[in-house]
Amino acid sequence: MGNRCAVIGVGQTHYTTKRRDVSMAGLVREAALRALEDAELTFRDIDAVVIGKAPDLFEGVMMPEAYLADALGAAGKPVTRVHTAGSVGGSTALVGASLIQGGVHDRVLVVAYEKQSESNATWALSTHLPFTASLVVGAGGYFAPHIREYVRRSGAPAHIGALVAVKDRRNALKNPYAHLRIPGIDRAMVESTPMLWEPIRYLETCPSSDGACALVLASERAATGRPAWVHGTAMRSEPIFRAGRDTVNPRAGQDCAADVYRQAGITDPRREIDVAEVYVPFSWYEPMWLENLGFADLTEGWKLTESGATALDGDIPWNASGGVLSSNPIGASGLIRFAEAALQVRGLAGEHQVAGARTALGHAYGGGAQFFAMWIVGADKP
Amino acid sequence: MRAVAVAAFAQTVHTGHDTGLSEPELLLPVLAEVRAKSGLRAFGFTCSGSCDYLAGAPFSFVSALDALGAWPPISESHVEMDAAFALYEAWVRLQHGDVDSALVYGFGKSSLGDLREIMTLQLDPYYLAPLGLDQLSYAGLQAAALGADRAELDAIVRRCRADGRRNPYALDLPDPTEQDDGHAAPITDGAAAVVLVAGDLLREYPRLAYLTGIAHRIEPHYLGMRDLARSPSAADAATAAGVGKGRVDVAELHTQFSHEELILREALGLPPDTLINPSGGPLAANPVMATGLIRVGEAAQRILDGTAGRAVAHATGGPCLQQNLVAVLSEEA
Repeated sequence: MGNRCAVIGVGQTHYTTKRRDVSMAGLVREAALRALEDAELTFRDIDAVVIGKAPDLFEGVMMPEAYLADALGAAGKPVTRVHTAGSVGGSTALVGASLIQGGVHDRVLVVAYEKQSESNATWALSTHLPFTASLVVGAGGYFAPHIREYVRRSGAPAHIGALVAVKDRRNALKNPYAHLRIPGIDRAMVESTPMLWEPIRYLETCPSSDGACALVLASERAATGRPAWVHGTAMRSEPIFRAGRDTVNPRAGQDCAADVYRQAGITDPRREIDVAEVYVPFSWYEPMWLENLGFADLTEGWKLTESGATALDGDIPWNASGGVLSSNPIGASGLIRFAEAALQVRGLAGEHQVAGARTALGHAYGGGAQFFAMWIVGADKP
Repeated sequence: MRAVAVAAFAQTVHTGHDTGLSEPELLLPVLAEVRAKSGLRAFGFTCSGSCDYLAGAPFSFVSALDALGAWPPISESHVEMDAAFALYEAWVRLQHGDVDSALVYGFGKSSLGDLREIMTLQLDPYYLAPLGLDQLSYAGLQAAALGADRAELDAIVRRCRADGRRNPYALDLPDPTEQDDGHAAPITDGAAAVVLVAGDLLREYPRLAYLTGIAHRIEPHYLGMRDLARSPSAADAATAAGVGKGRVDVAELHTQFSHEELILREALGLPPDTLINPSGGPLAANPVMATGLIRVGEAAQRILDGTAGRAVAHATGGPCLQQNLVAVLSEEA
């Protein structure tokens, strides 16, 4: 995995439905400046900029990195634009880390964003190529059948999804950047909301958010302050239409986890990882990914959720920040997972800090549950 | 840096119209060809470049994985940029030292929409795009800023089209006329792929095109903030890639407009005897999102077939050469 790489700065905007007060450039600059401030650096110290976001149709600007270069202080530097579907935020961090691991740069600014209020993501996702039919509406329409198959295989009781929805939203109340803040949320409230895509109810889905997240990554010689060290990075992709592909427990996710655990020397993720920020856009993806990532045996993930093990005070907290269920600027959602993992091992997560966290997993997935990006960060140098 | 070389290059026979093939269908034979040429079936890293707006639908790169047959799952990433920038990402990944091969590909069908107007959507959505500047308009501003001699530009088009007619992969375009002056690169559908190798794999090939330098830089977006007649970002990238450290037999430049050849020739500091775009260049075939990668591939091919010893490839993105990548390829590591 090359040279050592550290996260030395994290910046986030407050996630919300509509940021009417800023342009897209203003939004990404806000996150970038906060990350630079955290790292006690300025744009002048940055060697290269990596920008990530989900489909350009979400805002109606084609390849917006050209336009965003000025706001990110990138003139005269290399700029890369990453796009790997919903996993893009994670991939953006990995592409930035790669520049340092490859020995090309010492300080890289990584920024990912989405300004969903510029359009309607559900319908932007529902267009299709000429001469093909789009059979679903939005991501929920695509993933609901996979969830139903998980429930059938595992025999999970129907309330598990609501438990995740409540747990993540309670965590969000402790995160000042979180979008959905619902005081008094409980299972009855979630179960009283309309069914959108069986078995996903309204409060079991992620919101549509405006927001940006930024990281400053540094080589070992440029690492300052309280760094989060990168112990492993991995990405995996598999074809969407391969016959026999298991969309409930995708092989790409398993392989990606195995790769990143091997690099970080992790053999028992449940015991050796202190906190995980995992891409859970629909509540049921927590038990599904608990199994896919090896935190639980097959068909047993829901039991971990039900036992409270993944709560902030459980033995393996998942999404202490409130997760994608509480804030979802799509292109940034993966990077927020990676950033929150870094904040936890730096001990800077504030009210949602997991006490004594030294090893954390950041995870993102996208496309038809076929693109995966993960990293393991630690308080100690690898 | 770790030595990295181009082992294989393949491209479609590009067309000026939609042949009815989907993007994955365009890509499939190209991927098969680079696999055969390189003798590699699987790669340590894969990276591609494409643009959703050409197809008018999100996730254009997703179905490409089906053409690739990405099973078992692969380590893969994608840039919403010309695939030459995907090649840069792959070169960086190979610097880590744990993998020795990478597959890079790009594809695009600009026949499906109105490319000139689609390119307007790349401009700042608040201050520039509403002006309605299309790609030809802002290229015109740059050509005017340069103030190039019309006869010189006509000669560039004539030379590129003639070279293109000799290139079996480029379009068959006639000598320019007043109605068809050819100063803008033609609408083209196509795809291309490159295989990079490093480490022990370097010993497996009798001849390689070593990537001895590669770098890219961006400039401010706003056209009014730049001297459009010059390309400092291309000049900086050329210096960082080491263009001036030796002779340049061949340069393949991502010239989407004839006047860009003059700007780039100066920015890259190319000697007067350098052969420019012997493939015909983008003025003879411009499959957007693959065009820059094809420049790397064509330059590498000259070295692989022994007709050049040192070559330069250039790729660009953004309005009026906003972003530029320069690579130096050599028969020697």
